[in-house]
Amino acid sequence: MQRARTSVPPAARPQPACRQAYPGWRGYPSGVPTDSLPPVVVDAVHKSFQIPSERVNTLKERALHPFRRSSHEVLQALRGVSFAVSPGEFFGIVGRNGSGKSTLLKCLAGIYGVDRGRIFINGRMSTFIELGVGFNPDLPARDNAMLNATMLGLSPREARRRFDSVIDFAELSDFVDLKIKNYSSGMLVRLAFSVMIHVDAEILLIDEVLAVGDAAFQQKCYDEFDRIHASGATVMFVTHDMSAVRRFCDRALLLEHGRPVELGDTELVGNRYLELNFSEQARQLEETAAEAEEQGGRAIRLRSSAGAERAADALAEERAPAEAEPESPRYGDRRAEILEAWFEDERGTPLEVLATGRPCTFAARVLFHEPVEDPLFGINVQNSSRDHLLSASNLASEPNCGSFAAAETVVFRVRFEVLFAPGRYHVTPAVASHSGSWIDRRERMLSIMVAGTSSTDALVDLPYELQIERGSGRPASQPVP
Amino acid sequence: MSAPALGAERAGEIAPGLIERLGRPIKGPSALGSDPRRLWSLTWALARTEFKLAYFGSALGYLWQLMRPLLLFGVIYLVFTRAHLSKLSSFPLYPAALLLGIVLFNFLGESTGGAVPSLVNRESLVRKIEFPRLAVPLATVLTGLFNLCLNLITVLVFLFISGGTVRWSWLQLPLLMAGFAAFATGLAMILSVSYVRYRDIRPIWEVVLQMTFYASGIFFSIVDISPVTVFGVRVNLAHILLSNPFAAILEQARHVLVSPAYPSAAHALGGTAMLAIPIGLTVAALVVGFVIFDRQAPRVAEQL
Repeated sequence: MQRARTSVPPAARPQPACRQAYPGWRGYPSGVPTDSLPPVVVDAVHKSFQIPSERVNTLKERALHPFRRSSHEVLQALRGVSFAVSPGEFFGIVGRNGSGKSTLLKCLAGIYGVDRGRIFINGRMSTFIELGVGFNPDLPARDNAMLNATMLGLSPREARRRFDSVIDFAELSDFVDLKIKNYSSGMLVRLAFSVMIHVDAEILLIDEVLAVGDAAFQQKCYDEFDRIHASGATVMFVTHDMSAVRRFCDRALLLEHGRPVELGDTELVGNRYLELNFSEQARQLEETAAEAEEQGGRAIRLRSSAGAERAADALAEERAPAEAEPESPRYGDRRAEILEAWFEDERGTPLEVLATGRPCTFAARVLFHEPVEDPLFGINVQNSSRDHLLSASNLASEPNCGSFAAAETVVFRVRFEVLFAPGRYHVTPAVASHSGSWIDRRERMLSIMVAGTSSTDALVDLPYELQIERGSGRPASQPVP
Repeated sequence: MSAPALGAERAGEIAPGLIERLGRPIKGPSALGSDPRRLWSLTWALARTEFKLAYFGSALGYLWQLMRPLLLFGVIYLVFTRAHLSKLSSFPLYPAALLLGIVLFNFLGESTGGAVPSLVNRESLVRKIEFPRLAVPLATVLTGLFNLCLNLITVLVFLFISGGTVRWSWLQLPLLMAGFAAFATGLAMILSVSYVRYRDIRPIWEVVLQMTFYASGIFFSIVDISPVTVFGVRVNLAHILLSNPFAAILEQARHVLVSPAYPSAAHALGGTAMLAIPIGLTVAALVVGFVIFDRQAPRVAEQL
């Protein structure tokens, strides 16, 4: 059930007809320099910020204490980042908040200077950290578009030449002379975005904040990214959203505390990123964890919805074999192994199809090859568009579940109410060490259908009540129950 | 944290020998940038925007802009001609001379006073985009120059109404205004970049501007100030005040534009050689301003 990857190697990418798409637009230059030097090379870049602990903010203070050295802390934002981007590549820079990814982008853009190391840019570059930089609400679209284009690096003549095409693409021909304070937010974003894509750059630096606005506009942005990329431009995209990286990027760099942690295939980077998040959560939890409760049984049950306590006897032999995907990727050091996984109902009968609104239990059998202390068991349920709908683990409920000996077999169960909309779902079970590194993670190991009586376009089918009261004399301001 | 950093061999995928072929690494943000045309087109675009905002925002546009100097002119003119407070008011074409002073001071106040918060006000640009940082204070001075040009037309109207005529000496005016713009640019560079770090620059500069207004002979004749004796030393106050480039430029502008009856700057200073002081100060403002700005420019985005 693996969804086809949207990103294909640059060479195999079809060249869409940009010229047809926007009449009058020359399209991006071919982007691939003839000498095919990497468009972006970052060589051991270090960057730190000085954060004054007590800031001398006025001349008066400076004059009163001329010899006081203002003490400051040094925040090391980037510590030795190196990589090279190939021509035409869609390169992702990912990391959690504070990992240094935005600093790296600003260094690449030339907004910050670097302390050590070198950055080489080979080609015309444009930075899109914010849409509509320098927009002034009191000026009409014409002036704003010109100013914005000039700021983004066009010469005034180029800006004038492209103006009609900018307005056409933004579909704002009737509002050229309207002050943009009278624009709707949608029109504003369209104008800004149109200017941005008309600055024909060979290298684009895009920050995730660009993808603002409603879903339809986001889709338009993403389509545009695809098109820009397909036209041969090199794109560097900074985000903390792994799904966007998987969707667009050919390769990605994962930063953590200003250091490169992983560089390469997006699946690899994505998993490393999940691992980082997971281990960080585990560490935080450990710090605040209350007294570990002693547990006797070997079966660990995780309940995400209140349900009857089930006995730990269900090591049934007659389980239906899991509908495992043959080529699902696996990660981990295999000190334990997830042997099989299945769904069952309250009586322990295996389920082939889940019903919306009914409880169900996910179960997986794990065999330990080596002794492991306090492992973490968890699952993660995705729908067919890879939205995460459920993440469950014993991280919060029972982090210290005891030690497991070699050759020991464990079944862990996750019981939950099926509130998913009808469709196909994928379950990724995982066993991780207490510190957060994977022992065995079987990506989308189990696939299952959810059937329901009715279908809305919602991701989940939450139970609700709706009341319509007619003429009962209640004031209209009363909230609808 | 179980996230060991990549070894150099994994992180640094840069093939040996590649760096040598890459040319020069990019520099961080700077005052001038790498392309002077870009600096100019940005300065022009920013100044144009400011100018448009001022004039197309309201129906009366330019008239409103002119109201402030004109009202000031009206008050001073009435007070000084009726009360005979200044000998200057008996000079020929006094209204034009007075308005010229107010208009020139207006430029100084607009360009330097406006430059003080310019970098901070354009924070969104500075932090979001790479561009020659100097464009910001330059644009403020350029906007001031646009206004000055319009205001000088009004001065000429006053001049002709009061009976002035076109003279060859007017040709000196562009040079004089260029020097004035250079002086204002120097100050604008120092002020804009200092304000990023020291926020009390703004009130301090307001006071300095006010003092300049009263000490530069806008509505009186500096030459008439009698020398004072301090600790037995005779100090020529007029010469000290005229060392201020603005005062010297104003003096000279009146001489060349309004009427030769007004003393030239050299005459007022007591010798052509003395002109070296205001000229030197102008050059110093420009050089020191650029050096300070250039040194701070790479870090402005981080300090905002």
